[in-house]
Amino acid sequence: MSTEVVMPQMGESIAEGTITKWLKKVGERVERDEPLFEISTDKVDAEIPSPAAGTLTEVRFKEGETVEVNTVVAVLDGDGASPSVKSAAEEPAKVETPPPPAPAPPPAPVEAKPAPPPPTPAPPPPAKQADASVEELRRTKSSPLVRKIAQEHGVDISQLEGTGMSGRVTKNDILSYIESGSGPASTQAPPRQPEAPASTRPAAPAQQPQPAPVEVPAPPPPKPQMGDRVEQMTVMRKKIAEHMVLSRRTSAHVTTVYEIDMTRVAKLREQHRDSFYERTGTKLTFMPFIFEAVNKALRKFPIFNAQVSGEQIIYKQDINLGMAVALDWGLIVPVIKRADDLSISGLARAANDLADRARTKQLKPDEVTGGTFTITNPGIFGGLFGTPIINQPQLAILGVGKIEKRPKVMTSPDGDDFLAIRWMAYFALSFDHRVIDGADAERFLAFIKEELEAGDFSV
Amino acid sequence: MSTTLKKEHKSARPERGGQATLVEAIRQGIWEEMERDPSVFVIGEDVGAYGGAFKVTDGLIDQFGKERVIDTPISEGAIVGAACGAALMGMRPVAEFQFIDFISAGFDLLTNYAAKCRYRWGAGVAAVFRGPCGSGVRSGPFHSLNAESFFLNTAGLKIVEPSTAYDAKGLIKAAIRDPDPVLYFEHKKLYRLPRLREELPPDDYIVEIGKARVARAGRDLTILTFGAMVLTALDAAEELEREGLDVEVVDLRTLAPLDKPTILASVKKTNKAIVLHEASRTGGIGGEIAAMLAEEAFEWLDAPVVRVASIDTPVPYSPPLEDYYLPQTKDVIDAARKLAAY
Repeated sequence: MSTEVVMPQMGESIAEGTITKWLKKVGERVERDEPLFEISTDKVDAEIPSPAAGTLTEVRFKEGETVEVNTVVAVLDGDGASPSVKSAAEEPAKVETPPPPAPAPPPAPVEAKPAPPPPTPAPPPPAKQADASVEELRRTKSSPLVRKIAQEHGVDISQLEGTGMSGRVTKNDILSYIESGSGPASTQAPPRQPEAPASTRPAAPAQQPQPAPVEVPAPPPPKPQMGDRVEQMTVMRKKIAEHMVLSRRTSAHVTTVYEIDMTRVAKLREQHRDSFYERTGTKLTFMPFIFEAVNKALRKFPIFNAQVSGEQIIYKQDINLGMAVALDWGLIVPVIKRADDLSISGLARAANDLADRARTKQLKPDEVTGGTFTITNPGIFGGLFGTPIINQPQLAILGVGKIEKRPKVMTSPDGDDFLAIRWMAYFALSFDHRVIDGADAERFLAFIKEELEAGDFSV
Repeated sequence: MSTTLKKEHKSARPERGGQATLVEAIRQGIWEEMERDPSVFVIGEDVGAYGGAFKVTDGLIDQFGKERVIDTPISEGAIVGAACGAALMGMRPVAEFQFIDFISAGFDLLTNYAAKCRYRWGAGVAAVFRGPCGSGVRSGPFHSLNAESFFLNTAGLKIVEPSTAYDAKGLIKAAIRDPDPVLYFEHKKLYRLPRLREELPPDDYIVEIGKARVARAGRDLTILTFGAMVLTALDAAEELEREGLDVEVVDLRTLAPLDKPTILASVKKTNKAIVLHEASRTGGIGGEIAAMLAEEAFEWLDAPVVRVASIDTPVPYSPPLEDYYLPQTKDVIDAARKLAAY
């Protein structure tokens, strides 16, 4: 009896995943729940366990291919069956399933028929061009409208970063590209929408989904020189890139920086370091104290735990703290759900557990979604402070700089100034000035400062 | 003709305008046209003393008498034939099918005779053929039809279907005054829907046949629809608005001839289109509109035209099956999200 292995649905909004690695070869035996392949989706990288025990008889997609969820990617034969050796690598011409997107889309659109391949397995196709995948066609051909606009403005759509399905260049993509002025010497006004009724729309710029001005024009893509190395971006890298630019386009970023005296927290930490480890099995870092101070601040200033939806502001009920984790291959932001329900030890355990599993690709999709506020910690590398980019659709992000001993001018109770050695750190808060005013941000960060400097935590 | 239903009490003449549901709006329209023009008369099964299965013609017989409100035997062929003959003799018949499903029994005369008269002899059949259509009210396979597709391919017939009380009255009056045969479909689910109750103007107005209506302006994508599905589309649009998707809903109102300028203007503005209808998908009006968009708006399309329609089965009687059969708000939302992400 054979079992079909499908691309799993790794979260509600995820439509496709990229197979990054096959952990078994055709002909190899696999146990139920043993990792079979690795995938990378919009949200998370994960190992996919085998749904059954048996022998891997067929692998339908190669590493690097992106397939829709619920697509059959492999076939297992039940125990004892001998493999009929078939693999995607050995059968490049197989066309029953949509052919793979090529690693790099050809810069020039290829002539290809948009019709899907015939249902019967065809003989090897005569020319490589003839079987461009639907994904490739979406990228290179986009849509009639986009091709028309591209032609009017002399834009090469293959040079644009698309945000549509399969990386397709959408109407909004090309219009913002042209309006940003990065198009090659556009001789015409922004494309008019012929015959559009004038009453419902003021002018061309209103086509932007966000009324915010486009501030990130895409520079003309550089060409590699001899000796350069060219690498395809990973799914994660592309998503990070998209998200960062989207965020800068969406929110009106402002960053404010406070210097916070962490001496009392440092002392608390020193005092409890060993007993805490014995009790909980996890290390006591500065972060859980910062999380707790942030939790309190978010409860006091709910606008920092909110989201913008059109002309409405959604104040989130739960506090779900995202914490940026640097990975060798990128960055991921796992989320501590209902963080304000947790004690210092609960926060420490949750944070360490999520960070460990992020580095070993063991995160579940739900653990990287639903964040309402994010904390990033460039200080572990030595950074004093940065201006972090907001993690959409959140409204603020807190960056914690290096916590180190610094000389600090202090005043004794009787009014004498003296120089002290204190544990100090810069805290940088980037907030969305669309809905958060400067004074609110100051109050928020000042509150965190008070909490941390008071050091009134129960460990 | 000896059996006569005895009418217990006389129904009052409807007001001109005022608060009205869709069914009251149609009744007002017919009533006013019968007052205005003595050649207008009503013919159908139980339209007289009983006032029609859905009470669209209630009270007409009290006001205008059985000469002008004619109960017929159960024969749609006879109803259509009599209406055609009367129209050719200068009358303005308004013929009712008790359920639009039974229009097929008058199919031959409608398609081969009424539709072709003007072209063959230069004599238009100025008749209205109306009746309740549509599903979603647990009426099963014989009382739930949407019949527009049968007639779209018959040149010479006009087809209208209102989704508001205002349009219902304006369109029935326009249909009665039209010099050619008009099929007037009334979605039975909308007849008494409180949501559609609205204040009608007291004046004598018509809604021009062949004109669609932008029921909701938007800029991200267009839903082209009509009848009860207009409400489904509006509900979906409202929910999608919360996700930041700005959906335009076009109520076609007239299915033949289609209001191409309005449809094209909308799609050229939003560049993405969903055609939503209640009849089964295959051979439905959605295919016709999609083809028209491909022919006349190809360069303005930023995504494939998507059809959302009922599945290709008769209308099921079982409520869960009927819900599955019919496009639901969620189906429209799903399709719109997919299209927006394209």
